[in-house]
Amino acid sequence: MKVFLMHRDLDFDPKQRLPPNQADLTQDLELTTLFDAMALGDKFLFEVANQVTLSSLGEPDAIRYRQEILKDCLKNAAIVREIYQIPIQSTQNKQKHWLGIFSRHPGGILSSAIEMLEMFVGLLRKLKQIADEHAGEFESEGFKRFFEMIQQELSEDYFTVVENHLKELRFRGGVLLSAELGTGNEGANYVLRKANHGGQNWVRRFFARKSPVYSFTLHPRDDHGARALGELKDRGINLVANAVAQSADHIDSFLNTLRLELAFYIGCLNLAEQLTQMGEPIAFPTAVDFSERRHSFTGLYDICLALTMKKKVVGNDVNADGRELVIITGANQGGKSTFLRSIGLAQLMMQAGMFVPAESFSANVCTGLFTHYKREEDTSMKSGKLDEELSRMSVIVDNIIPGSLMLLNESFAATNEREGSEIARQITSALLDRHIKVLLVTHQYELAHGFHDKKMDNAIFLRAERKADGVRTFKVVEGKPLQTSYGKDLYHKVFETED
Amino acid sequence: MTFHSILFDKDDIQGESVEQPPFFTDLNLDQVIDAITAKRQEYNLKPFFYSPLRDAETIFYRHEVMRDMEAEMLMAHIKAFVEKMVLVRRYLALVEKLDFNYHKKGWFLEAVLVYCDAVTDLARDLSLAEIKSRGFLAFREYVLTYVHTHGFESLAAEARKVKTGLSSVKYSVVIQIGKFSVQRYEGETDYSAEVERTFEKFKQGAVKDYRLDLYKGSGMNHIEAQILEFVARLYPEQFAALDHFYAGHSLFVDETIQVFDREIQFYVAYLEHIAEFKRMGLVFCYPQVSATNHDVYDHDGFDLALAHTLLNSEKPVICNDFYLKDPERIIVVTGPNQGGKTTFARAFGQLHYLASLGCPVPGSEAQLFLFDRIFTHFEIEEDIRNLRGKLQDDLVRIHDIIAHATPDSILILNEIFASTTLKDAVFLSKEIMARVMELDLLCVWVTFIDELATLSEKTVSMVSTVLPENPALRTFKIIRKHADGLAYALSIAEKHRLTYAQIKERIQP
Repeated sequence: MKVFLMHRDLDFDPKQRLPPNQADLTQDLELTTLFDAMALGDKFLFEVANQVTLSSLGEPDAIRYRQEILKDCLKNAAIVREIYQIPIQSTQNKQKHWLGIFSRHPGGILSSAIEMLEMFVGLLRKLKQIADEHAGEFESEGFKRFFEMIQQELSEDYFTVVENHLKELRFRGGVLLSAELGTGNEGANYVLRKANHGGQNWVRRFFARKSPVYSFTLHPRDDHGARALGELKDRGINLVANAVAQSADHIDSFLNTLRLELAFYIGCLNLAEQLTQMGEPIAFPTAVDFSERRHSFTGLYDICLALTMKKKVVGNDVNADGRELVIITGANQGGKSTFLRSIGLAQLMMQAGMFVPAESFSANVCTGLFTHYKREEDTSMKSGKLDEELSRMSVIVDNIIPGSLMLLNESFAATNEREGSEIARQITSALLDRHIKVLLVTHQYELAHGFHDKKMDNAIFLRAERKADGVRTFKVVEGKPLQTSYGKDLYHKVFETED
Repeated sequence: MTFHSILFDKDDIQGESVEQPPFFTDLNLDQVIDAITAKRQEYNLKPFFYSPLRDAETIFYRHEVMRDMEAEMLMAHIKAFVEKMVLVRRYLALVEKLDFNYHKKGWFLEAVLVYCDAVTDLARDLSLAEIKSRGFLAFREYVLTYVHTHGFESLAAEARKVKTGLSSVKYSVVIQIGKFSVQRYEGETDYSAEVERTFEKFKQGAVKDYRLDLYKGSGMNHIEAQILEFVARLYPEQFAALDHFYAGHSLFVDETIQVFDREIQFYVAYLEHIAEFKRMGLVFCYPQVSATNHDVYDHDGFDLALAHTLLNSEKPVICNDFYLKDPERIIVVTGPNQGGKTTFARAFGQLHYLASLGCPVPGSEAQLFLFDRIFTHFEIEEDIRNLRGKLQDDLVRIHDIIAHATPDSILILNEIFASTTLKDAVFLSKEIMARVMELDLLCVWVTFIDELATLSEKTVSMVSTVLPENPALRTFKIIRKHADGLAYALSIAEKHRLTYAQIKERIQP
């Protein structure tokens, strides 16, 4: 029995190695804000959101599989939340009744495993009931398969067989083992056997056989012998205790997987509810193969900014289909960084199978997302700022592969403009040559202008908009780089408000 | 060709020295040999490593064997053999300790089975292996003859027959409170499997293994012994055969095989040790050796002890070259501190010592001298005694060295006279140097006194180096002084390998 709500034919792996630059992504895209909104204070939901979002899917088809399931969840939120309660109930039962397999001898393992199984049977019956009642209301491939499996595997007959075993495993009559002579004539290959003619009286029948039987009765004070006999019995039930305990663990892990895989969708439900409350739109993105170059959207906003401000924020419309280099220039504090972050966030959310914060959104998947942001604080003593930026870039180059998406935000500006531009130019050109999509925010005219002069077909230039009166709209529009960066505006604004 | 020993080509086998040579600690050879022998204490291998050779012929004999052993196949076969011999010894020791009749005889049978297996496999593997060394060729002949002796053949056949009988025994035990019964097994079904099948559908990933390791050490308790006795009554024939076998065989391990089992560990241990460094990209070679020619060289050599401590660190092992060509005898090493001078001097000593054991040495190509003795004098930095007392000790020790050294000795001096006044140090060093040159022996001398390097045609100057653009960075490279300066200006981006060309190189399309 497999949950398969995160992948079509694979369990979600909560320990999957996250990309090596996960810390940079989290910091540069302010992912914690997003995960907080999905978790609503639940640590487990936070962890799952973090893990899923950072371990991106690479296939558009795999993305669609989750999107369909998420749509079902949005439609049947109450039922999904009810299913999510089943594994949670299991965890609570275990805590309340001290259930668990902690014993260090097979007899103890066996009896605690039986108790666990009895508790699981109750919860599985409940899951079966939900499936029987609501399966028809779900349309996604993932949920349909899930419910069909529950109905097929957990029949009433099956529950009966399980309950019979749970009774027999208490071994009221005695234990029958077979053994062989192993190395050094020591008993080996102990196998627990079921008498050929079963029933309550199997022991009597066993002794009535014709072949010779040798019996030995321990002296009542032979404690050592009694212990040895107990050990022998333990050897016999070692395997069955293992089988029962592992079965309990398997069901436990089935329920844990169910919890894990639903947790992602519960997080999405939480997020959707908050965005709807603010009146922010959500859209299911169209993902295309990484070999294509697509990036077009309307109303794309920075979800983390909206969540922080707790209100609707400015969205952007851009069509960068077919482009591999996007250079964003313009006014300081004009929304360049916010725009770049909204691109990164949307990409991660899309490749996690989530909806994205936009009215519409379409992009190619990328084989890896990398961010290189100017860092305000430089804590390292030994390297200068440019040195630090370059060493971070070098780590990226170690990991980046063709088909990746690179977001550069005011990178390599820690030196004079001519040198900084030249370094950035070389890096950007090399990345483009290796089929890596580059979005570059810069106030360095030399750099932006240099690329603009090349009149590349696959480049697009965007500018943080500024009205004629100097007011910033925080909108990003298509436009060639301009020589000034409007620092003067900012200067005036800051100084004039202070006066 | 008669087989004497896998370590010696001649009959007059050199005795094993049990004492660690005095220069071992200065050269960190104690660490090297400890690391090599650590996992093989039971063979007492250190005496092999304490006994250097001067006979180039015997060294070549070992090189041949070592080269054969470098073939993964042969190494694997030998390892399989020695592992089985370990078991044989363990089982026989067990037999001595056991109490119950059929238990004891059972383990004796196991020991014989493993021994026959070990020797038969070895004979088969050696006959198929591509071996060239005189040592292995002779040993192969010996083993092939041995396995076809009547004694060995009948031992093996009888042991197998007895074991087959015992393996066919299968019985049932019913355990109730305070009693048990034993009977022949009659086809009852496996209940664990049935339970497992029922819950099969829930199988997720790997879960904890609850099978307890119920092995309770060697020995049988009286319940198990009682069961075994019942089983023996249920299957009398099989156990009578065991009685007969035990009575008929006692000392069954061949002595030559036993000696080989220990001696071959010398090669296994050394090759296994250096394999770790080879994986790191370091190289080893079979040096040319001579007890007469004082020309020596080694390319890409390194300190084996230091390499071992760096094994699990990020730090690279720095390799160095040296050569001495007649009339050159003395390498004078100068240069900044912490630049790898001492390491270089140690490596020089280690290389010569390892070569004298017949081992491959660190480096890509080497020619080394077969010394009569190695003398070392290393400054002990944290010495609390007063300087005059120390200087006197130093001089006494050096006098002692000079008195015993011959033109065939190797001398390694490290920062002697470092704690006396410069004037004294220069004077004393020049005096000692004159005597060393007169002795005409091979010498590495680490010193801060530059003048020593140019005293005569016998001395060669080598210097520890730094990066020209950042003198604070040590390269740990020791080079002949006349080497050209490595001044190349790196732009900062180049340093991070982030130019256009470098990035394109680094990201594969």
